[in-house]
Amino acid sequence: MSYVPLSYLDLVLAATLLIANGAISWAFRLGLEKSIAIAAVRMVIQLALIGIVLKLIFAQTSPVWTAGFAVIMVAAATLEIAGRLNGQLPTWPLMGLSGATLLFVGTFVTIFGVGFVITPTPWYGARYILPILGMVMGNTMTAVALVLDSLSEAARRERGAIEARLALGATRFEALSGPLRSALRTGMMPMLNSMATTGIVALPGMMTGQIIAGADPIGAAKYQVLIMFLIAGATALASLLAAVGGVMLLTDARHRLRLM
Amino acid sequence: MLRVERLQAGKLRPLTFEVADGECLAVEGPSGSGKTLLLRAMADLDPAPGQVFVDGVERHEVSPPQWRRLVRYCAAEPAWWTDTPRGGLPPKASAEKLNRLLVSLDLDAGALDRPVAVLSTGERQRLALVRALLDEPKVLLLDEPTGALDPQSTALVEELIRFQMLAGRSVVLVSHNAAQVKRLADARLVLSSAANATEASAP
Repeated sequence: MSYVPLSYLDLVLAATLLIANGAISWAFRLGLEKSIAIAAVRMVIQLALIGIVLKLIFAQTSPVWTAGFAVIMVAAATLEIAGRLNGQLPTWPLMGLSGATLLFVGTFVTIFGVGFVITPTPWYGARYILPILGMVMGNTMTAVALVLDSLSEAARRERGAIEARLALGATRFEALSGPLRSALRTGMMPMLNSMATTGIVALPGMMTGQIIAGADPIGAAKYQVLIMFLIAGATALASLLAAVGGVMLLTDARHRLRLM
Repeated sequence: MLRVERLQAGKLRPLTFEVADGECLAVEGPSGSGKTLLLRAMADLDPAPGQVFVDGVERHEVSPPQWRRLVRYCAAEPAWWTDTPRGGLPPKASAEKLNRLLVSLDLDAGALDRPVAVLSTGERQRLALVRALLDEPKVLLLDEPTGALDPQSTALVEELIRFQMLAGRSVVLVSHNAAQVKRLADARLVLSSAANATEASAP
C-alpha cells in the first residue's frame, strides 16, 4: 500500500478554491463570507484533531477509549440535531430522543457490521469500529433531523386537520398518521437516492479513500456495499424511532397536540 | 347531562355550569373572549384545570379518544385530511344514518366523493356536521355551526340541532347570531371581552 502523501503546502493550494465561495458571496452580497471562513477553519481544525486523536486511539488496545470516543460522537450529533431543530420541539426531550435514537441505532448497526460481518480480531478494534460508526452516525443524524423537522413542520401546517381527527376520537398516532408517513419517507429518501446513484454519479468518499490508499478497487467496492447496507438499515431504524418519538413529543398523554 | 366544575380554559376565570340532556346552552361574547377555548377545554383538546362530567363520569376517568366520542367538538372552520369528505368518515358508519343526515342538511350523496377543495364553504361546514354526528356523541360542542351558511341552510342546521336535543343530547352552542340563540338556547353564558367576568342567564 503506497500513496502520494500530501504536504501542508498542497492543502494550502487546495484551499485557494475557497476564493470562489468568497467571491460569489461578495459579488451577490450573500453575507456568507464570515460563515465560509468559520466553516472552513472549523473543518480544518476538526479534521486535524481527529487525525491526532485517532492516531492516539489506534495506538491503544483498550476498548474503553473506543467507547469513549463513540460516546463523544453521539453527543456531538445530538447537539447538532438540537441546534437544527431549535424552537420546533422542547429542547431537553428533543435531546433525549435524538441521543437515545443515535446511541441505540449506532451501537446496534456498528456491532452488527463489525462484530458479525467484518469480524476483525479483536472485533472491537478502533480501526474498524470508529470509521464505520462515523459514517453510520453522519447519515443517521441527518435522517433524525429530517424526520423531526418534517414531522413538526407538518404538525404545524396541518394543525386543523390533526385536531379535527382528535376531536372525532382518533388517537395521537391516528391523528398524526399523515405527518408520520411523510416524515418517514423524508428520512429514508436520501439513502435510497444515494443507493441508486452511487458508483455512477458519485464515488463514495470511503471507497475513493481506500483506492487512493492503494487498496484493490474490487475490495474497496465490497466495503462500500457493506457500508451502504449498514447506513440504509441505520437510517430506516432511526427514522422509525425518531418519528414515533416525535409524535410523542408533539402530543401529550391526553392525546392533545402540544405545539411550541 | 353535562356538568362543568371550576373549569379554567385559557385565561378565563373558572366556570361552573350544567347543561341537562336535551338542552342547549349558548356561549356568547365578543371575538377573543375565549368561547372557542372553552369548547376546546371541554373536549379535552387543551389542558385546563377543573372538572368536566358527562353523566357523572369525569373526562380523566376515560381515555381521551373515548371522551371525545362522548363530547364532540365541532370547529368553526372544519378541516379535512383526505381528498374527499368520505375519507374522513368513520369506516363503520351506517349508510342509513349517513343518508338521513345528508338529506336533513340538503346535501346530495355525491358531495361525499367530490374533492374537498371544490366544495363550497357552506357544503364543507354542513359535511363537518354530518361527520360529527355520525357516531352519535352524547354532548355537542358547536362552534358557530352556521357561520358560513345561507338562511335556508341555517334553518336546516337549526332543525338538525333541535332534533339532536330531542334525542337527548346536550348542546353547547357558540353563536354570534342573537336570533339563533333565542331560537335554540335554554340558557346563555356570556363571556366578557375582559376574559374574566361572566354571567349566565335565561334567554
